[in-house]
Amino acid sequence: MTHRPPATRTLKVDALARVEGEGAMHVEVRDGRLHDVQLRIYEPPRFFEAFLRGRRYTEPADITARICGICPVAYQMSACSAIEDACGVVVDGPLRDLRRLLYCGEWIESHVLHIVLLHAPDFLGYENAIEMAGDHRERVEAGLALKKVGNDVLELLGGRAIHPVNVRVGGFYRVPTRAELEPLVDPLRRALDTALAMVEWVAGFEFPEAGHSMELVALSDPSDYAVMGGRLRSTGGLDIASAEFSDHIVESHVEHSTALHAHLLERGEFLVGPLARFALNHAQLGDEARHAAAAAGLEPGERNSFRSIVVRAVEVVQSCSEALRIIEGYERPDAPNVAVEPRAGVGTGWTEAPRGTLWHRYEIDDAGTILDATIVPPTSQNQPAIEHDLFHFVEANLDLSDDELRHRSEQLIRNYDPCISCATHFLDLTVDRT
Amino acid sequence: MAVWKFSSCDGCQLTLLDCEDALLAVADRVELAYFLEAGADGGDDGGERGSSLFDLSLVEGSVSTPNDVERIRMVRRRSRRLVTIGACASSGGIQALRNFADVEEFLGIVYAQPQFISTLATSTGISDHVPVDFELRGCPVDKRQLLAVIAAFANGDPPPVRGHSVCIECKHAGTVCVAVAGDIACLGPMTHAGCGALCPTYHRGCYGCFGPAEDANVAAMGVELRRRGVEDGDVALALHTFNAWAPELRDPEGER
Repeated sequence: MTHRPPATRTLKVDALARVEGEGAMHVEVRDGRLHDVQLRIYEPPRFFEAFLRGRRYTEPADITARICGICPVAYQMSACSAIEDACGVVVDGPLRDLRRLLYCGEWIESHVLHIVLLHAPDFLGYENAIEMAGDHRERVEAGLALKKVGNDVLELLGGRAIHPVNVRVGGFYRVPTRAELEPLVDPLRRALDTALAMVEWVAGFEFPEAGHSMELVALSDPSDYAVMGGRLRSTGGLDIASAEFSDHIVESHVEHSTALHAHLLERGEFLVGPLARFALNHAQLGDEARHAAAAAGLEPGERNSFRSIVVRAVEVVQSCSEALRIIEGYERPDAPNVAVEPRAGVGTGWTEAPRGTLWHRYEIDDAGTILDATIVPPTSQNQPAIEHDLFHFVEANLDLSDDELRHRSEQLIRNYDPCISCATHFLDLTVDRT
Repeated sequence: MAVWKFSSCDGCQLTLLDCEDALLAVADRVELAYFLEAGADGGDDGGERGSSLFDLSLVEGSVSTPNDVERIRMVRRRSRRLVTIGACASSGGIQALRNFADVEEFLGIVYAQPQFISTLATSTGISDHVPVDFELRGCPVDKRQLLAVIAAFANGDPPPVRGHSVCIECKHAGTVCVAVAGDIACLGPMTHAGCGALCPTYHRGCYGCFGPAEDANVAAMGVELRRRGVEDGDVALALHTFNAWAPELRDPEGER
């Protein structure tokens, strides 16, 4: 390097590109030492938890979907599971399988969107995927075709890919026949092959050195690679049921963000999402995904966030195999939903959104009116962890030029696939640490 | 072309990325000059603080902060044509439910430090603030309609979108009426077409996410909903969702 960067400098990115929602980054270096790092979220507040009060218990599946256009199914599934919990109903068997199938569609769509359109350009040195397509048209086309299969699953089962209309408490409005699912089989088989090739492709990228020692947190279940439920476990020994979530995870409100920051009580930052799921649940992956992960050289203890793109690709493989498995074993249930009658009480539920654990809590009265709602999305859980990771990354790379450091830092933020639209809605504060 | 985001879920701009079969073909014909989510940051003069002009701006989201009010004027100044996409940009979106409540109370419910938050008391559509060349409806917009509208503006044609109700789409599709045959409450008679009558295809009544049709009779809709057994309070809720601040629904006679 010909010039030493100045000892005092401020790096700013006013509007982060290739993330979902509106965010900015702010890094301050004073006298050669890193002074402050902020991931600023300025997505306007939308007050979901406030206006859900007074709505019917049947409405959150449609209303909370609108928190996020990228992962609406995650909101629908967590909302339904929380409300069904409040009403004492368990949805299982083929209805649960169909929900899982719908969720597979969302994982494929969301992960491939991030891998190909938002994240891969960072590794290959392009401004965006459209520019990347100039040199890598086949990769981009294969990615778009794979993403489309995810959307096809969502459209067939849910009616449309964004804000599906066929989801309700208790199950669905209409369930498909076996024959109606059949046209998904061949595209999903091809998608599985494409996904396996994608794991190989992204595993060959160059990954900067990075790492952290944060606690990794994910839903976990001995019987499968948990998505629809389970207990919340961590690399630090956390092991809780959904009703205990707010006893262990607290949120605070900081000035530079319209999203609240989550912390593990008395332990600090933690990370949800692909790296956490892989660390805790790799043994539950299906054969194809497990072999792909091994061939890609993924270690269960992987903590380099730049490699999260490989885990996402492995999870696309997992979603394709899981979708095929569900369709193969599908028998149409007698009714499209189970009755969910309201009763006064509190219910909690969680599922694994593509970006990590999404927790909902509802209090309803005996007529089914919502009295209180709390939603903790993955990105507000990850925001302190992202800042923490960013701080250490910037600290270790202060000798880079401003442009290079800014570029690498943006890339590091994108490693977490932050969904800022999601992060921006909030819950009652239990702790004030500003 | 530019894509701008205001207060929203990102779903309508994502609809453009969901046009997998057409995306690269569109990009071959139309320069996506500013589309932050897709990584096109507009360069030195094409971004938020630039001054370059765009032939077509797609605007997603509602105006809900003091900064948005200034920002939408900037977008209008720099756009030859401005098309809004989705319910938020047309009528304020689901977040316009605050318009019927006390935003100070909402702030208190959600935030420990309300003084950190900059928000307006209302969430409103783009046309409340600047002239709009066309509003594409939907929560989210339909991708076939989105592509058709982009193509129409690129070719200087009128957008091929009709303002009739969802009922017409059911008739076109040959879908049996869920209200008449299934006794299911359905907002189809007053709701703007465009989705292809999705909900009735899934044995569900339309829930109005495209907002009022051009000839919506909201009072008659209320009567029809009651006839299907929807109670008074629930009629008001059914009409107050993703397009609650649309003029026809803002204060439907007898529904509030």
